[in-house]
Amino acid sequence: MANFKIPIGPQHPALKEPESFTITLNGETIIEMDMRLGYNHRGIEKACEERSYIQAMYLVERVCGICSHSHSTCFIQAVEEIAGLAIPARAQYIRTIIAELERIHSHLLWLGVAGHEIGFDTLLMYSWRDREVVMDTLAALTGNRVNYGINTIGGVRRDISKEHLAGLLKTMDILEERTKYYIEVASEEITLIQRLSGVGFISHEDTVMLGAVGPTARASGVDRDIRRDDPYLAYKDIEFQVITDTHNDVYGRTLVRVGELMQCYSMIRQLVAKIPEGPVTVKAPRKIPAGEAFSRYEAPRGEDVHYVKANGTDKAERVKIRAPTLANLQSVARMMENNRLADVPIIIAAIDPCFSCTDRMIRINDTAGRRKETISWQALRTHSLEWYRKQGVDFKDLNAKMRQRMKA
Amino acid sequence: MIKPGKMLREVLTSFFQKPATVLYPYVKVLMPDRFRGKIRFLATLCIGCKLCMRDCPTNCITITKVGDKRFQAEFDLDQCIYCAQCVDSCPKKALESTADYELAQLQRNKLKMIYHAEPPPPQAAAPIE
Amino acid sequence: MAWSLFNLLIFPGFLFLFVFGLAMEFVDRKLYARLQNRIGPPWFQPFADFVKLAAKEDIIPEEADSVMFRLMPAFALASVVTAFFYIPLWSTQSLFSFNGDLIVVIYLLTIPTLTFFLAGWHSTSLFSMIGATRTLTQLFAYEVPLFMAILAPALLAGTWSLSEMTVFYDQHPAYAAFNIIGLIVSLIALQGKLERVPFDIPEAETEIVGGTFTEYSGRFLAMFRIAIDIEAVVGASLIAAVFLPFGLGLGAAWGFVFYLVKVLAVIALLALLRTVLARLRIEQMVIFCWRIVAPAALFQLLINLILSGVLRP
Repeated sequence: MANFKIPIGPQHPALKEPESFTITLNGETIIEMDMRLGYNHRGIEKACEERSYIQAMYLVERVCGICSHSHSTCFIQAVEEIAGLAIPARAQYIRTIIAELERIHSHLLWLGVAGHEIGFDTLLMYSWRDREVVMDTLAALTGNRVNYGINTIGGVRRDISKEHLAGLLKTMDILEERTKYYIEVASEEITLIQRLSGVGFISHEDTVMLGAVGPTARASGVDRDIRRDDPYLAYKDIEFQVITDTHNDVYGRTLVRVGELMQCYSMIRQLVAKIPEGPVTVKAPRKIPAGEAFSRYEAPRGEDVHYVKANGTDKAERVKIRAPTLANLQSVARMMENNRLADVPIIIAAIDPCFSCTDRMIRINDTAGRRKETISWQALRTHSLEWYRKQGVDFKDLNAKMRQRMKA
Repeated sequence: MIKPGKMLREVLTSFFQKPATVLYPYVKVLMPDRFRGKIRFLATLCIGCKLCMRDCPTNCITITKVGDKRFQAEFDLDQCIYCAQCVDSCPKKALESTADYELAQLQRNKLKMIYHAEPPPPQAAAPIE
Repeated sequence: MAWSLFNLLIFPGFLFLFVFGLAMEFVDRKLYARLQNRIGPPWFQPFADFVKLAAKEDIIPEEADSVMFRLMPAFALASVVTAFFYIPLWSTQSLFSFNGDLIVVIYLLTIPTLTFFLAGWHSTSLFSMIGATRTLTQLFAYEVPLFMAILAPALLAGTWSLSEMTVFYDQHPAYAAFNIIGLIVSLIALQGKLERVPFDIPEAETEIVGGTFTEYSGRFLAMFRIAIDIEAVVGASLIAAVFLPFGLGLGAAWGFVFYLVKVLAVIALLALLRTVLARLRIEQMVIFCWRIVAPAALFQLLINLILSGVLRP
């Protein structure tokens, strides 16, 4: 059978967000994979420059729907570093508790998605049912199920009461029992093991070379975790293990994630036991002095990096976000090689991709210096309107029509 | 032991359990008291400092002065992201979150919430007489 | 003539099968949901789905072979309905019967799978063509074990007619216990035939979108869906007739109740099977069928061969 190309995406049931993978197949075997990013570019970095730090924080929180706390904390850390703010210990603990709850929520979500990708919908239903427990806890602690909005510059917005902490411990017991069951299922159910082990193999050397982060890297024996290597928040006060695995495949990534879940429970118990009394916020200035900061954070998907440059006003001059998926995506192409078409969804899902978080624009300077023009917002807008008008779509007209319909 | 049907016992027991599904529109889901839902504006407390307008990430609040110490608030609920930053920013607690989360509307104009100012108190009118 | 038409169109023909098939789809979906701790659909959901699909626009791709595209759903439906007439349901007598109808039924049940292949192939879309090849690959894996598993009881009964087979097992009900391996094998094979987890490889939605039916919509898809529902009922009836020949001599009313219980049990087992397992890869499926299921069926054949020598001198 000759080689042929099959498109997975931009719209495909296996992908929860648009991204284009073109897979060259020989029969059912994958020869190579080509991917195109950028279907979800939202211009968040640029938009941050036009908002005050408080406003930008809520925008950054919405970079990712799952790791919203990761992004907002990472951003806030950078801002607080520039402003020289030392946030109260209790606020640090609350942020850490929310961060770990978010990790539980994210990993349980991943487990369900992985189950669905290999046609094991029962696992999806069960793990998402259990995820509801975490979501409800988060809603009770922060006021929302997804975009927690607990951070503010100089601390956290809401304190956690004693009753909530007690409830949290109970929740951990329920979840720990459920997770133990999932570990049992993952290590005993033959169809699950058959579908996961040996799939999406990537060697330790390649993982390091391609710069994978988070559980993807840890499943290939890369012992790296920002929480331990560069402690932030309250991680230096608590004990935990960095889970690594040497399976180097999707099965290993599953084991790392369920292993991390178990660590999360013990971490939250320690945090609840050690949480100090005191204020949860310090007064923060609106104008952040000039300076720049670089902040790292171990999001559920891997290392999240934010860079903030302040210029003394109440708006940032530059914000740069590198979501963990961008670092992991490079390795997907290598993982795909010599696998079956049937494994494509689970291999992509195994890095726990979050494509809309990843899409950023990069401007490449032509070193030969031939094209060096900067296009202004207004010029770009005019250009795009003109481009669409040539295609037969008139947006000016469209806006007028929209207004008319809204009035009617 | 590696075997097929590891989840067999679990699925059979859950057959006899109550389903986890919530019959949502029929059974109302109650949100915790800290929930950040629709914002309520208490016109009597507003002093018109407009701090909420300044901090709102989506600029969905408009406070207008309609008379002496009387303010009217306008919320674009389709733009609001329910972060409740305005509630935190307000120095007089004139704004508060409610647990109301059923905010979908079929008509867009219904998403514009206008909280009218209180009518002027009668004693304010008294000195003119 | 009128009676035959009644048989053909209403009972136990098309209308009965239509209602029964949809009812069994409901049972399957409800059970699947309850096993997953969900509520599941209301009883009329399969019917509502059917009506909705039937009311939708039919879209035929420009590249597709229009004739084949339209014909295949009708073929699938016709063949499964025909197969039903040869299966004894609540008595030892089927509607039509001749020596050798067992083979005909098995072949009639193969036709839907072939129509899936042809439908997918003639849709000329990448996803449906991959689905079509997978359908065919899978067919070769489960068909042989299914044949052997169903022929083994016939061997013991010494007849190729389903009706005579049930007469034989009705007289010697204890002999049905010898066919337990064949029952298991044919349940697995039926799951493959119905293309459901763990053998839903040809229509694995996360891999190849809709598989063979990617390009299908509207009435044609509705027809395929109803054909699959009826195929499930027919397959379950076949297994009930061959492997569970109990309560056939009790008259029509009791016989019908027994028949319903047997079909429900088979459907429930199939639903349970798809709840607890993950989807296999195509090569794993083929290996599983040839290394485990086929030898098991062969073993059953061997047992029955020896038994028929011992018990029926």
